[in-house]
Amino acid sequence: MTSLPAPAAGAKKLGLVIDLDTCVGCHACAVNCKEWNTGGHSAPLPDFDPYGADVSGVWFNRIHTFEAGEGSDSRTVHFPKSCLHCETPACVTVCPTGASYKRAADGIVLVNAETCIGCKLCSWACPYGAREFDADEGVMKKCTLCIDRIYNENLAENERVPACVSTCPASARHFGDLGDPASDVSKLVEARGGYALMPEMGYAPVNRYLPPRAAKTAPGCTGAPAELDRPAEAAGIHPLLRWMDKLLSR
Amino acid sequence: MHPAFSVIFFTTASGAGYGLLFLVAIANALGFVPSSGWFAFATLGAATALIVSGLLASTFHLGHPERAWRALSQWRSSWLSREGVAALATFVPLSVFGIAWTFFGRTQGGFAIAGLVAALGAALTVFTTAMIYRSLRTIRQWHNCWVVPNYLAHALSTGALLLHLAAQIFGRPQAIVGVFAIIAVLLAAFAKSRYWNFIDTTKSASTPESATGLGARGKVRLLDPPHETENYLQKEMGFRIARKHAAKLRTMVRWFAFAFPAALTILSLVFPGRPLGMALAFLAALFALAGTLVERWLFFAEARHAVTLYYGAREI
Repeated sequence: MTSLPAPAAGAKKLGLVIDLDTCVGCHACAVNCKEWNTGGHSAPLPDFDPYGADVSGVWFNRIHTFEAGEGSDSRTVHFPKSCLHCETPACVTVCPTGASYKRAADGIVLVNAETCIGCKLCSWACPYGAREFDADEGVMKKCTLCIDRIYNENLAENERVPACVSTCPASARHFGDLGDPASDVSKLVEARGGYALMPEMGYAPVNRYLPPRAAKTAPGCTGAPAELDRPAEAAGIHPLLRWMDKLLSR
Repeated sequence: MHPAFSVIFFTTASGAGYGLLFLVAIANALGFVPSSGWFAFATLGAATALIVSGLLASTFHLGHPERAWRALSQWRSSWLSREGVAALATFVPLSVFGIAWTFFGRTQGGFAIAGLVAALGAALTVFTTAMIYRSLRTIRQWHNCWVVPNYLAHALSTGALLLHLAAQIFGRPQAIVGVFAIIAVLLAAFAKSRYWNFIDTTKSASTPESATGLGARGKVRLLDPPHETENYLQKEMGFRIARKHAAKLRTMVRWFAFAFPAALTILSLVFPGRPLGMALAFLAALFALAGTLVERWLFFAEARHAVTLYYGAREI
């Protein structure tokens, strides 16, 4: 049924929180996502012409790198993007067959590959590029938030997180219930000013992005010894006096 | 957006078919058209052929055409599903109307009403087709109030030109049918020019800054894409080939979809009947259908999808 589940107070909203401050852009999350999911719920994730010049394939997670701002104030930001598991996703409501659905129990948006007709309309409706067409199987595929990991009792409890979260070497990815204000992820979003992408589209994404922290341009703010500041103010002083000053400052 | 030829052919052909059905049913109820079974066979047969070939073509771009029947189930939320339901439902009154008229020469009373119900179904089907595009917030060039008038006006104008052609072929040229066709073409031209004006003068609220949420730092630009070659999203949503030629293609639409058909129809009113009026009406309908194919191609090619903001687009 592609009508959305009725919103319920305190309902679970499983999702990701992605820290743009610490992401190093290594693409490990995308690779581990591909590795897990090509054997998981939506397996396989095909690659076309994998060793040729025009390689393409289905990936649920892609890492873009942006530059924000100008000159010395600019910042390079690595930007992982996967399904945001929106609260009111148009990709679900446009589906003519009921193959696209949002689970009432945890808010995860999924595709039933058995009933998908491959009309691609859901991918047109998603502004975030979360859905990719599998031309081999003729059906649409997307991030499942690793439903086959997070509820998997064959895995050790600390491994019951999405593949992308488990693999991140910089701990830039966090998984949890964003519907519960007391959860770790909700507190993290609160503390760091986490935000949603393209809120103007009105799809109410669940995933949150933590903005890069303010750049530290003066040495003092990095915790370096305060005398590092001095050469600038002491620029006009004789080298001998500067050496003496350094010696006596010890 | 990548223009899938099957979808372009479908909306053009079935649009003309529904337009023709709509007008034949109304003209029949008003007594403007010949009551011969052959006229019904030609017009309603052509309308049905256009509709059916369009609907069949629309299933070609599906990954699983054999599951197309499932698309009838989600009419509560999906305009695509509603389109399927409206299209199928319209065949019921169309069959009653068409069979009664073609084979039994019955065109009045309940059969005329069946025709009007089919006309309503035709209008609703074209409306639902337009709403599939109109409802997508991801594409500013589709999510606006001129899309539905455009689809309706093009269906009406191509349908009216086909009806005018049929009237000429059957040696029953009616000035009112020709005049109506000219008005419908002018309406379509007006709707299209308003549409182009809208997409040329408005801006999307979505930008690379809102897409990344990094706008507080200033301008956001793509430094490195996620991969070197194009993925599905870029091929499907980031199609740019026809956009380069948008100005030329718009000129083609203006001439072929509007100017030539209107002028040829005026000429066919001056020289009515066979063979000259018929030939002119034929050319008018042919040019309008060709122009509408280009117009639909442009409708896709000029559509800029929000996801392209993540792949280097400055604006959508």
